[in-house]
Amino acid sequence: MKKGIISFGAYLPYNYLSRATLGKVWGDKGGKGEKSIADVDEDSLTMAVEASMGCFRFIKREHVNSLYFASTTGPYAEKSHSALISVACDLSNSDMFAVDFMSSTKAGTNAIKAALDSAVANPGNSILVVASDMRNGYPKSKQESGFGDGAAAVVIGSGDNLLAEIDYFTSVSEEINDYWRNTDEKYTLHAEERFCDEEGYLREVKIILTKLLKETNTKITDYNKVVLVSQNSRLQVKISKKFGIKPEQLSDTLLSNVGDTGAAQGILGIVNALENSAAGDKILVVDYGNGANAMVLTVTEKIAQIKGEEQIKNYLNTREELDSYVRFLSWRDIAAAEPGGAFKLSPSTAQTWREQNINLRLHGSFCNNCGATSYPISRVCDNCGALDNYEAVRLSDQVCKLYTFSVDMYAGRSDAPVIIQAVAEAPNQAHIYTVLTNCKSDDVKFDMDLELTFRKMHELGNFPNYFWKFRPLRRKRV
Amino acid sequence: MYFKDGFKDEVAIIGMGCSKFGERWGVGLEDLIIEAAYEAFEDAGVGAKDIKVAYFANTSAPNNCSGTPVADALKMHGIPITRNENWCTAGHIALIDACVAVKSGMCDIAMAIGAEKLKDKGSGGLGVGRGLNPVRETRRDAPGSFALIAQAYFRKYGLTYEQGKTMLAKISVKNHLNGSLSPKAHFQNIITLEQVMNAPIISTPLGLYDCCGTSDGASAVIVTRADLAKNFRDDPIYVKGFGISTDMITPHYRSRNFDWTSFESLRSCAKMAYDMAGIKDPRKELDLAEVHDCFSVTEMLIYEDFGFCERGTAYKDIEEGFFERTGGLPVNVDGGLKCFGHPVGASGIRMTYEIYKQLQYKVDNPARQIKDVHLGLSQTFGGPPQIASCIILGNEKARLI
Repeated sequence: MKKGIISFGAYLPYNYLSRATLGKVWGDKGGKGEKSIADVDEDSLTMAVEASMGCFRFIKREHVNSLYFASTTGPYAEKSHSALISVACDLSNSDMFAVDFMSSTKAGTNAIKAALDSAVANPGNSILVVASDMRNGYPKSKQESGFGDGAAAVVIGSGDNLLAEIDYFTSVSEEINDYWRNTDEKYTLHAEERFCDEEGYLREVKIILTKLLKETNTKITDYNKVVLVSQNSRLQVKISKKFGIKPEQLSDTLLSNVGDTGAAQGILGIVNALENSAAGDKILVVDYGNGANAMVLTVTEKIAQIKGEEQIKNYLNTREELDSYVRFLSWRDIAAAEPGGAFKLSPSTAQTWREQNINLRLHGSFCNNCGATSYPISRVCDNCGALDNYEAVRLSDQVCKLYTFSVDMYAGRSDAPVIIQAVAEAPNQAHIYTVLTNCKSDDVKFDMDLELTFRKMHELGNFPNYFWKFRPLRRKRV
Repeated sequence: MYFKDGFKDEVAIIGMGCSKFGERWGVGLEDLIIEAAYEAFEDAGVGAKDIKVAYFANTSAPNNCSGTPVADALKMHGIPITRNENWCTAGHIALIDACVAVKSGMCDIAMAIGAEKLKDKGSGGLGVGRGLNPVRETRRDAPGSFALIAQAYFRKYGLTYEQGKTMLAKISVKNHLNGSLSPKAHFQNIITLEQVMNAPIISTPLGLYDCCGTSDGASAVIVTRADLAKNFRDDPIYVKGFGISTDMITPHYRSRNFDWTSFESLRSCAKMAYDMAGIKDPRKELDLAEVHDCFSVTEMLIYEDFGFCERGTAYKDIEEGFFERTGGLPVNVDGGLKCFGHPVGASGIRMTYEIYKQLQYKVDNPARQIKDVHLGLSQTFGGPPQIASCIILGNEKARLI
């Protein structure tokens, strides 16, 4: 049975810090490249929704019946993230197996393995696997500089609709404290660097590569691309030398201009490889974290349909450097700024649950009587007054046009003070009011195209409260 | 059509009081109530025991205080006292409730009192009417919502940002000039166009001087049947009509027949009051008005929705000084919310207090007294633009159009 990747998506935040800037802050040289940074209103869960939204380009939502979420930094220690992500993605509750794969940096490819097994055992199943991470290193540490925030997703299934077949998957496991984070700790800890490298990464990757080449009876030169998940490029070079991987074979896992995205790096690497591959390409993927996973992909002719739709390139081309390292520290609650936000509207858990179709699925109502669409769902039609005669319609996919706005210096947090208040019109004429994010004040223009992005609004009520915001197009293209 | 048998001239105001507005750190809500109520008692020549029903306008006291701050401060126990928290229109609505109580025959003397201790809330800046949807309204604030009107208006009528901002600035300059003659106002400083234009931005295009302050204050009004009014004073002021109209909590989601430059609640509220008062051409018939200038743009919007000028022409009238104290229709002669600040529940009755005193030619500073006045309107707008309210007063019982 052919099994593999039916669709994929990625997400890289709008903000980054250059490592040169980090160096300047701490009075050293700093590294090369950039570190990708989740915004103040983003977390692993919202970034996962973003990456998942990219998947619905090549598969309909109705065909996805499982969602696996992989991360080491989910906002909840207890409670399902995948259930919430599937709702934000407007997937069906009634036919949904939602599972979280937490705490291992190779959780992303672990979830792919579980999805492959499920696809083989249940032909017709399509499993959306999404990995997302935003780890913290201690200020001034190599980890702080090296880590980056991001997310990526693949839909795993079987049949003839594959963008890439997954021909082989193998794993090894190893108990070692090289990198770890205890419950409730903010920073990733690590052992002595030489121990981490020698007895951790290099040892395990050598074992898994040797095992895979032997089991598949292939040579490293058989692969057009090798995706080598790693903490840094120095280790990639060491493995490349050892196994004869040529620079042109080594596929970019975005360590340089995004950073080590933890549990997301494996899938992000796969997506980047697929976005730069041609039909027939063989891709070898190695992921690491307390042992290692390796898999072999063969790109199909269906890959042609992604031409012009490359997400990673697009997300990298639509970023901005964050103007302040201190702001980054405050967003991460490392150097907290004075609490801001005058509008403390505490949520009710019952209301949050009851209104999830409106607030998380972003459903409006299409009136069967008069054809008017309204947001939020309006039981009595605002246009014709019909009662309970509507179909729920998803608005999160819509590209809206900015109708009116104001750059508000009063409504924000002290460490993110500018709020762009925005009302925009969807193609179906529904008006949505929310905040316009990831846009410079001077760039706001009437009628500009806006897409919807899932964000964390606040944490009142002792849980993250999510809703949608506008932003200039990054995921979509018009 | 409300009151098909007529309402005009059946209720009269016989006493009013208004506290000093400002940052009243040293006094509490009950002190403010006493300050306004006792001035009204003295003005009407009545005492607390004469009041048979009272309506309390307040939005920021703890939610379940009901009418007790009024009952307790004035020792008016044992009569009906209800509290309404209809945002910025609460004062007008309390006054209207009192008028309806008297008109219905429920009693002869009714009182409405608005009082607010905003400076006990621990934060500067004005709040905003809140709906039932916390997560969607997380960052919705008053300046940021009213500013949406300004941008849409500039666009619709082809004003550049600079032109639009200048137009709004002139409203603030006018109101501050008026307020400099108001001893009870929070702010009594004259400001220049340059100051307004260069002030820090709160929410584009609104700068610091486009926004009203946060103040403490109270105001009170005593009404009776018109036929009894002259038993209390020689110069009672007659109620000609009133309006109240409620719109949706967030017009932000309204699309059809709504473009942010005109609001149904304002239009309906104006029509209701004009119909009751028999006013056909408010621009000509009204002698003065106090309107809701929580933000400069709100005052501009009300000019058009209340028919003070044609749509899209506020710019011209502002330029020509039509709404200045010496203009064709003076608006916010006492300095408005811009100078009094906006102790929410108190504002509607405070605005009515100015109309009342003007119509009696008894303004506390004669320098701002308008000559030859007969008909005046006060108006509040909560939101935006959830609710609008207004009342029209005249100093002659049978003034017919």
